[in-house]
Amino acid sequence: MVRFLIRRLLTGVLVVWLISVIVFAIFFIAPHNVAQLLLGKFAAQNQQLVQTVTKQLGLDQPIWVQYAHFLNRLFHGDLGYSYYSHEPVTSLIKAALPITASLAIGAAIIWVVAGVLIGVLSATRPRSFTDRLATLFALIGLSFPTFVLGLLLLYFFFYQLHLAGVTFFPGGGYVPLTQNPGQWAQHLILPWITLAVASMAVYVRLTRGQMLEVLGEDYVRTARSKGLRPLRVTYRHGLRAALVPIVTQFGIDVATLLGGAIVTEQVFGLNGLGRMSVQAVTNQDEPVIIAVVLLAAVFVVVANIVVDLLYAVLDPRVRLS
Amino acid sequence: MIEDTPQPPAGTRPADDDLVRATGVVKYFPIRRGIIFKHEIGQVRAVDGVDLTVRRGETLGLVGETGCGKSTLARCLTRLYPLTAGQVVFDGTDISTLNRGQLRPFRRDVQMIFQDPYGSLNPRRRVGSIIGDPFAIHGVADGAERKRKVQELMELVGLNPEHYNRFPADFSGGQRQRIGVARALALRPKLIVCDEPVSALDVSIQAQIINLLESLQDDFGLTYVFIAHDLSVVEHVSDRVGVMYLGRLVELAEVDELYRHPHHPYTVALLSAAGTPDPNKARKRERILLTGDVPSPIDPPSGCRFHPRCPKARDRCSVDDPVLMPGTDRRPGAEPTGDGHVTACHYPVLPGEVLAGRT
Amino acid sequence: MSTTELFESAEVPTIDTSGTLGRSPWQLAWARLRRDRVALVCGAFIVLLGLVAAFAGPLSKLIGWSPTQQDRINGLTPDGLPAPPSVHHLLGTDNLGRDVLVRVIYGTRVSLAVGVAAAVAAVLIGVIVGLIAGYFGPAVDAIVSRLMDVVLSFPFLLFAIALVSVVGPSELVEIGVIAFFSWAAVGRIVRGQTLSIREKEYIEAARSLGASDRRIMFVDVLPNLVAPVLVYTTLLIPVSIVFEATLSYLGVGIIPPTPSWGNMISDAQDVYQQAWWFLLFPGIALIATTLAFNLLGDSVRDALDPRTERLFAK
Ligand SMILES: Nc1ncnc2c1ncn2[C@@H]1O[C@H](COP(=O)(O)OP(=O)(O)OP(=O)(O)O)[C@@H](O)[C@H]1O
Ligand SMILES: [Mg+2]
Repeated sequence: MVRFLIRRLLTGVLVVWLISVIVFAIFFIAPHNVAQLLLGKFAAQNQQLVQTVTKQLGLDQPIWVQYAHFLNRLFHGDLGYSYYSHEPVTSLIKAALPITASLAIGAAIIWVVAGVLIGVLSATRPRSFTDRLATLFALIGLSFPTFVLGLLLLYFFFYQLHLAGVTFFPGGGYVPLTQNPGQWAQHLILPWITLAVASMAVYVRLTRGQMLEVLGEDYVRTARSKGLRPLRVTYRHGLRAALVPIVTQFGIDVATLLGGAIVTEQVFGLNGLGRMSVQAVTNQDEPVIIAVVLLAAVFVVVANIVVDLLYAVLDPRVRLS
Repeated sequence: MIEDTPQPPAGTRPADDDLVRATGVVKYFPIRRGIIFKHEIGQVRAVDGVDLTVRRGETLGLVGETGCGKSTLARCLTRLYPLTAGQVVFDGTDISTLNRGQLRPFRRDVQMIFQDPYGSLNPRRRVGSIIGDPFAIHGVADGAERKRKVQELMELVGLNPEHYNRFPADFSGGQRQRIGVARALALRPKLIVCDEPVSALDVSIQAQIINLLESLQDDFGLTYVFIAHDLSVVEHVSDRVGVMYLGRLVELAEVDELYRHPHHPYTVALLSAAGTPDPNKARKRERILLTGDVPSPIDPPSGCRFHPRCPKARDRCSVDDPVLMPGTDRRPGAEPTGDGHVTACHYPVLPGEVLAGRT
Repeated sequence: MSTTELFESAEVPTIDTSGTLGRSPWQLAWARLRRDRVALVCGAFIVLLGLVAAFAGPLSKLIGWSPTQQDRINGLTPDGLPAPPSVHHLLGTDNLGRDVLVRVIYGTRVSLAVGVAAAVAAVLIGVIVGLIAGYFGPAVDAIVSRLMDVVLSFPFLLFAIALVSVVGPSELVEIGVIAFFSWAAVGRIVRGQTLSIREKEYIEAARSLGASDRRIMFVDVLPNLVAPVLVYTTLLIPVSIVFEATLSYLGVGIIPPTPSWGNMISDAQDVYQQAWWFLLFPGIALIATTLAFNLLGDSVRDALDPRTERLFAK
């Protein structure tokens, strides 16, 4: 177990390091002039200024020196200043992180719980109306691009309901959890659903398939014939076996989740990390992009380690080697 | 090891009678473990010092319990595996250190027939193309000529040449094994190594395939190494038979001699187990005599590898590793026998001796 | 020949499967696919999409508007909003008074071209890399697998955005970005399959015949990979199409004024309350396309291997 942890941590560090190299390569070797960008229209007037700034940023030094600086600043938690707003990137991130976290965590909970529940329901009565409905739902979920679904939800639940006089769903924006939990949830319901549906579909199919397989096996039939209540059997044997692939799938989905969050934030005008990075791209605000990308990479790696550990706990047969 | 190789008395037969001469063949499979850098934590001693000759035109049978290294030895002789140690001379050429490119001409002369008639044919390829593989790989015949040759081969092994364009799935197990035989025969090899060629087949079909192999041997002067579990099959096809145990060759003799006068207690046990035609009963009887599990080839017993299970084992057996020696007389200065019957045992079973099963 | 005579009498009776004998697994799968109504409908729809994309030019001439042409008379309402569907514009106009129908038609071209090209590129890279990882033993495998893990654990949309921000958006960049983040999934599947195929006896048989690694990989391993790869490709195309639309929606894909479903929806977002058609029609085109490819992929899987359970039970 300890061996495994060490191994996972080492590969995790390796992955993050690789990503930092790639990020560095993308932004620092790419043929464009940061100083010029930074100075905007001043640059054209004053070549001297461009050179001074280039020197200040250390952009005139060899690549490996630049990379060392880059790493060094990273280790000290210094992410630099936004080229655009000139605020420290750390404080920008601090402001945006709770929004993305609320969105992502809430959506993940919804999709796993609802996906598994629907999957269990449809597995206990295969080929029934419920099963078919679940299948249809999965199909729609898989085929609906996140942003189309989000906009459709907005159109019907915000706009049409507003026309009908129901003003429960806001059309976007965010209220901090600490400020008003009720409104926080109210503002996030539609984004949560938007982000959850596509992934939920996968879990419905996964749970259903796994459960059907397990429920067809001998020991489950024995358990049934011994008179255990069907629901108990379903839960005890079927669900437990289904959990392992579900957890595996969740590990895969973490990266997808972040992508979905970007789109969802864009649709609902939530000023989280995703929207921040899209805007940073528009503004060519590199320190912000770098920071968000690295943060996301670390998040994905850590989440995957957690998933692997969970995996080991759930399935003792899988020896961690 | 090498100096102990039993050589039949000079004059019995010319030396170039040997198609394959293997000396001290060793094959270990490493067992690796590690966090990032793998390190070796042990080895499976699949074949651990085997000396063997295969004579031109003969069928050499190889028997032994599962896991004793028969297949590994076969793959060493055909150089599908690199050897850990030892030497294999084929038709006068040392092939033990050749690399893949250098082995190519040798590949024409040596062919294999595999156990699994389902697994040894690519399910996605047409039979004609499978049988034509040797021609394609060695650039022997092209286009129409290749097709004609393949169809000749199909006819030769008793397949309908019109089935040229069918897929392996369209054939029965016996027919698939014929496809395997046709492929092995394509380049008219000198040696064919058959690794349990009939084990996966119905008994009725086994006879057909064995008849086919025998008549092909007559027609083309083939040499076979024939591996099998089934002792009666081996008895039927072989001229000489070798018995393997835990990576070692423990006994080797002419077929009639071996079956009538086995010297090694392990051979005796194997034969007595096989005496009954009913395989279930056979397994039961085997258990009477061969108690205990086969020891792990990762950590084989000291001395004679068979001693923990041997009814005749004495103290010396757990210390002294016996080598192959002719006859049963182990006293110094004993007359060597000339029949080539060799046994690696300190206390060989004498004619008429009854082995007590250990409990 | 004596052997033939010997065995003529002993010939094993074959089970009569005359309907299937000698037909390749592909032919059998094709026959099954043709009997599948869902596959037929989806296939027909996809062919239609292809035609629409190919003949976007003539079609727009027929309709009377070019994709970037602003209708100064009927294009916008007096308030400056998109005009609803009418005889002038069958599916209405967009925020700049351009014909939505023509733009959706041109968007088909972008979606299919980028989606298919990216999926094919990803599959090609994935197959080659996966084949190499699976075939050439543990050392190569360890390195290549780690590489695939890294690519797979990238927060890919974010990375795609970052990459485009540096390189600048274009169709080619978009194809490259999508392919780059998709090949590893294919590679992983191919690697797994190759690992198991490598242990098959027929591979050993080929080795014992003296076949080269290249020959074994392409003649013996590859044909066994075609089925899973085919399925994966049909399922990867809709994923790539959505990926393209998402990039365009976020403004890092197809640059306006070239129409793509993604950037149309992005423009529509500002006025969807007043102009539902502007949002709805590109949305429907996108959903119908992904749906068709998903269903077709499922049918292809079913036809190639009838034992697996369908993703979408009928
Ligand atoms: N590629 C390999 N890697 C590691 N161990 C191996 C490998 N191939 C064989 N072994 C081990 O070597 C030993 C001998 O195996 P081998 O297949 O040669 O036996 P066998 O006599 O052919 O058995 P069987 O009758 O079952 O075919 C076994 O313990 C086996 O587990
Ligand atoms: Mg074997």
